Amino acid sequence: MVQAVMDKQFEQAAGRESILSVRDLTVGFGDNIVLDKLNLDVLRGEILGFVGASGTGKSVLMRTVLRLLPKRSGTIKILGAEYDKVSEEERIALDMRLGVLFQHGALFSALTVRENIQVPMREYLDLPQELMDELARLKIELVGLAPEAAEKYPSELSGGMIKRAALARALALDPDLVFLDEPTSGLDPIGAAEFDELIAKLRDTLGLTVYMVTHDLDSLFSVCDRIAVLGQKRVLVEGTIEDMLACDEPWVKSYFRGKRARAIVREHG
Amino acid sequence: MKDQDHVTRKPSQKAADVVLAEADGETGRRYVFSGDWRHQSAEAMSDKLKRLGKPAGGRNEFDFSGITGMDTAGAWIIRRFMNGLGSENGGEVRFAGGGERYVELVRALPKELRQPERSKRKDPLFQRLFAPIGEVTVSIWTDTVAAMYILGSAVRGAQMKLGRHAGVSPAAIVHQIDRMGVMATPIITLMSFLIGAIIAQQGAFQLRSFGAEIFVVDLVGILQLREIGVLLTAIMIAGRSGSAITAEIGSMKMREEVDALKVMGLSPVGVLVFPRLVALTIVLPLLTIIANFAALAGAALVAWSYSGITIPTFLARLQEAVDFSSVAAGMIKAPFMALIIGVVAAVEGLKVGGSAESLGRRVTSSVVKSIFVVILIDGLFAMFYAAIDF
Repeated sequence: MVQAVMDKQFEQAAGRESILSVRDLTVGFGDNIVLDKLNLDVLRGEILGFVGASGTGKSVLMRTVLRLLPKRSGTIKILGAEYDKVSEEERIALDMRLGVLFQHGALFSALTVRENIQVPMREYLDLPQELMDELARLKIELVGLAPEAAEKYPSELSGGMIKRAALARALALDPDLVFLDEPTSGLDPIGAAEFDELIAKLRDTLGLTVYMVTHDLDSLFSVCDRIAVLGQKRVLVEGTIEDMLACDEPWVKSYFRGKRARAIVREHG
Repeated sequence: MKDQDHVTRKPSQKAADVVLAEADGETGRRYVFSGDWRHQSAEAMSDKLKRLGKPAGGRNEFDFSGITGMDTAGAWIIRRFMNGLGSENGGEVRFAGGGERYVELVRALPKELRQPERSKRKDPLFQRLFAPIGEVTVSIWTDTVAAMYILGSAVRGAQMKLGRHAGVSPAAIVHQIDRMGVMATPIITLMSFLIGAIIAQQGAFQLRSFGAEIFVVDLVGILQLREIGVLLTAIMIAGRSGSAITAEIGSMKMREEVDALKVMGLSPVGVLVFPRLVALTIVLPLLTIIANFAALAGAALVAWSYSGITIPTFLARLQEAVDFSSVAAGMIKAPFMALIIGVVAAVEGLKVGGSAESLGRRVTSSVVKSIFVVILIDGLFAMFYAAIDF
């Protein structure tokens, strides 16, 4: 599996379709070009870890892919469709197949966790209330929250619980592609490890594809199939963790072979 | 390589179905599932499985080979059915005939959903009837205490902090004066001009039948200077600046900025409330003066065009009708009203909780309460002036 992912040519030969493909993307604000002719592929069923120094535009890329920011040029294809060229209905159908976990959760503060999860369900699915309640409880169970959390408001939850609740909402419609913005930041190591396991488990059972912006070396080592490094306004390198460890790019080198990383490498053998 | 297309949303050709293929074969009952088990068919399938019933125990076999698609909604319905057949009734369920990835999905779901503990016991009628009254009474008391605290802090000084100079920040106060006063000038001027004109027109129209149109000057002068000027300005400022104060302090409270100030040893009242309170107290009397001039100008214009009272006549009459006490009676009220608007807005702002909804509620109640209290105070002043014959 790991070998197969390493070589892109081989992948396409093996028939793994690219679920998100970004070509020659340029994004800028005023005179400041943040991303310049960036290319990126996310393959179906993989967990892609996305790293980069602060301020290199990781969030800008994610927000551009999600159409929250305008792009200057280039194409973004999600699930085989180009956002700019599809009709309004198809766009909604596409949105239904994406789930987003924002960095600070972005739960609706006036709704309980259960109501938050049911917002997309109510909007898009035609289900009886009873079944919707059960599904909401199911998602809460899947992300490892206590059932009591269902009736709590976001302001009553801890940081880790907010992340889990936000993940449950991102999964409400069984999306194909989930964007996670620093899912383990602010969690204790045990909570972060549990969260990583949870994401891997959901990938295996629900067939998710995960695009994860993270700085957590543990996540990168333990759950990510592939890693892409953003720097100098483009994707510097992409590949498996072994590729990263072998890479000679100075920033990548100091990131993956720094003091903290070495300890984790030892631990993961 | 693992195939993971089982959640793709390509429209399936076949609708979901389930049939009881073999009632009592050697492997027990055999259920054959087929088609597209996604949320679109969830309701129908849930009913169908219910109709198939819950035979007690025995051996069961699930065949998933005909399934073309499944999401968590479909998987959960099957899981629920399976739970009904399974352990609960002493039966067992076996999967046969392929569709491994769907089996995996169904297996990954929890056996049961834990119900949240509900502690919703109903209070007795007596309690439900009178509890809100008590709550309101207590909240009025706590509001008053909070208002007194803020007022006291403001009187005591800006920061109540030892070691540094007084801590009054002139820049903050000037900034607030600019926002609450200078920027409010155009709207206050326009509003008062119109109010003065309207009162003059209505007064002139009524007084015309007595041939006493000249007294419209007395009417507008006294009414505007004693009551309307300060009252409407205060109401306008309550809506304009009171709501802004509540929203600013409230959103800072929501994002823990108020707590950040506290742990730095700074008093939120000193840093946030004091400059606004001072600015309001300076600005409201000044705006009242502007409002009075604008209203008299509006009245003079209408008196001239509608009743033919020339401007010199208007001014001469005004000088006779209005004495110092009329002007003072209005102006004295302005700082009090400013303090009330500021204190109510700050109290409400500091009560904001965690949600966006509570911010909206607090801003509303800030404006409503301050307008109400402003009118109440105006009434008290009227009684007081009458009693001392001012």
